[in-house]
Amino acid sequence: MAVIAEKPRPAAPMHLPGAQRERAGWPKFLPRPNPWRRAWFLESFTWLYLIWSIVPVALAVLFSFNNGKSQSSWQGFSLQWYVGKGDTSVLHNPELHHAVIQTLVLAGLTTVITVPLGVAFAIGIDRWRSRTAAGLSFVMIFSFVVPELLLAVALFFVVTQLLRFIPLGTYAEVAGLVVWNLSWPAIVVRARLVTIGRVYEEAAADLGASRIRAMWRVLAPMLMPAIFASAVLVFAGVIDDFVIVEQLSSTANTQPMSVLIYSNVHSAGLPGPALNALATIMLGFSLIVAVLGLLVYRFMTRQERHGSTEALTSIAGM
Amino acid sequence: MTPPSRQPAPDTAGSGRPRVPRRRDDRERYGTRILWAGFAAPGAIWLIVLFVVPFYVMLAVAAGQINAFFQTAVPVWNPLDWSGANFATVWHDVFGPGAFLGGQAVRTVVYTAIAASLCLAIAFPVAYFVSRYSGRRKTLFLVLLIAPFWVSYMMRMLAWIDLLQTNGYVNRALAFFRLPGHNTNWLGGDSVTVVLGLVYGYIPYLILVLYAGLDRIDKNLLEASRDLGLGKWRTFWRVTVPLAKPTIIAGSFVTVLPMLGDYYTNQLLSAAPGTTMIGNGIEGLLGSPGEQGQGAALALLLLVVLLVPMGYYVISTARASRENI
Repeated sequence: MAVIAEKPRPAAPMHLPGAQRERAGWPKFLPRPNPWRRAWFLESFTWLYLIWSIVPVALAVLFSFNNGKSQSSWQGFSLQWYVGKGDTSVLHNPELHHAVIQTLVLAGLTTVITVPLGVAFAIGIDRWRSRTAAGLSFVMIFSFVVPELLLAVALFFVVTQLLRFIPLGTYAEVAGLVVWNLSWPAIVVRARLVTIGRVYEEAAADLGASRIRAMWRVLAPMLMPAIFASAVLVFAGVIDDFVIVEQLSSTANTQPMSVLIYSNVHSAGLPGPALNALATIMLGFSLIVAVLGLLVYRFMTRQERHGSTEALTSIAGM
Repeated sequence: MTPPSRQPAPDTAGSGRPRVPRRRDDRERYGTRILWAGFAAPGAIWLIVLFVVPFYVMLAVAAGQINAFFQTAVPVWNPLDWSGANFATVWHDVFGPGAFLGGQAVRTVVYTAIAASLCLAIAFPVAYFVSRYSGRRKTLFLVLLIAPFWVSYMMRMLAWIDLLQTNGYVNRALAFFRLPGHNTNWLGGDSVTVVLGLVYGYIPYLILVLYAGLDRIDKNLLEASRDLGLGKWRTFWRVTVPLAKPTIIAGSFVTVLPMLGDYYTNQLLSAAPGTTMIGNGIEGLLGSPGEQGQGAALALLLLVVLLVPMGYYVISTARASRENI
């Protein structure tokens, strides 16, 4: 574990003028506070936050295994909402079943299209220094901050009014998800390009490599962790996505898990724990992607210091 | 494509060290420009066709006509033929007397303001603790902080739907401690629930942004401040906070902008007309026959209001990346 830890020091440097001035108003009869003491208040606050953020989700996972229809009282363990007979389990309800597949299809397709587009875009924008490039970079960052609903509405109109050859449903969903997620690889890879600089490529050029060869043999391997991290982000982002796919889906057949959960929460159609089971499966996918992503990223950057913290933050897009 | 200029391209890569200008002929430089433009082209085309053009289509629909027979929107592509009728209607609906969208607009602002402030008030101490005081346990805390990031929004809302049922754990806990309100129907259109949902939904992103920013602050500056005689609190206010200010602003945008376009949190947690926000207004208009144009106009109105903060964010991001280079 490579962590920069502030080592506890035995005593404050009392001979410093600063230290004296700081304690000028401190009553003499009180013991002086240890400046390296633990931040108990902040630490308790943090733990409270963590409990608040994690326990509700854990309970929701638990209720997906409830042996009954209740979402609020525990009636024993069962797998009936996952594999139970009848129409209410994820395995046997065609709608639920299909939603799982649709989510995976969307995530896969979007990642496969977005990542190459975004990586090439980042490299191009970074090297092609011109007003056009600066403008495109502006547009890209705008697409990152625009509220998703506004983009989704605009996409709905463009698909129904102008580009009618893209039918609502999977095609429109993928087209929209790609544009919504394009900024992830573009931003992540571009940041990495800036830190790498051009020294290595120039060295390769001096040693006789052509531009393309230098990119392929020198730049690409160095960019690989960033590319991979952005792929993880896009995949997980699509699993979680709701607004764009809701606006651009057509029939029940093209609804992924998130839309199905949303549209069934208040209807009597599917009982609560079945939705919890669906959400738990979604969570499972995300966690598998996260853990795999973390391990592979860690493996890719195994020679770097501070690897584990860095891997964690990169996979979360920080 | 701009013609290749005669000046050497400014060398901004690397660490700003002086670089020996290399002599290249214009043809080679033109070739590389084509190469880089070619790299950027596919993504750029996708962005223009499916990000820039859609907003023009939205404008054409908002300023367009309605097919009287089918009650569908008919976009008008030529700006000279645009009509402002939909904008006028929407403006009247939001600001006019007896406006049915006015309440939504007010609620959007109030909910977002309260939720975003709560987010910041909770997220900042947590991010501050993990970046400064977590010491050897930093990885553990980071894993726990990042965990909610991987839990989908729907799952997080479902979790509260479970807890806030009338016989759910929240009410049972309130009854156990003999606190008032243990009979509250939290999911029946309660503003408190919606604000809580917004906070719970968006806080993980804010914490990650704040942590990343606070962690980047040079610890030597803090030590220098202490050595120069400032106390703990004054160091915090006069060194940490100013250094963290860009992060705080960026983080606030990252939470506020999606909240303003939110329409699902209140649907999931209350589904009552008394807690709807402007996003629900847009959705509702889009879904009603004959009112798609008004929906587009309302969405554009929201976009225009948001252009200022979005522009600020985009420009400050561009400036920051330029400074990094």
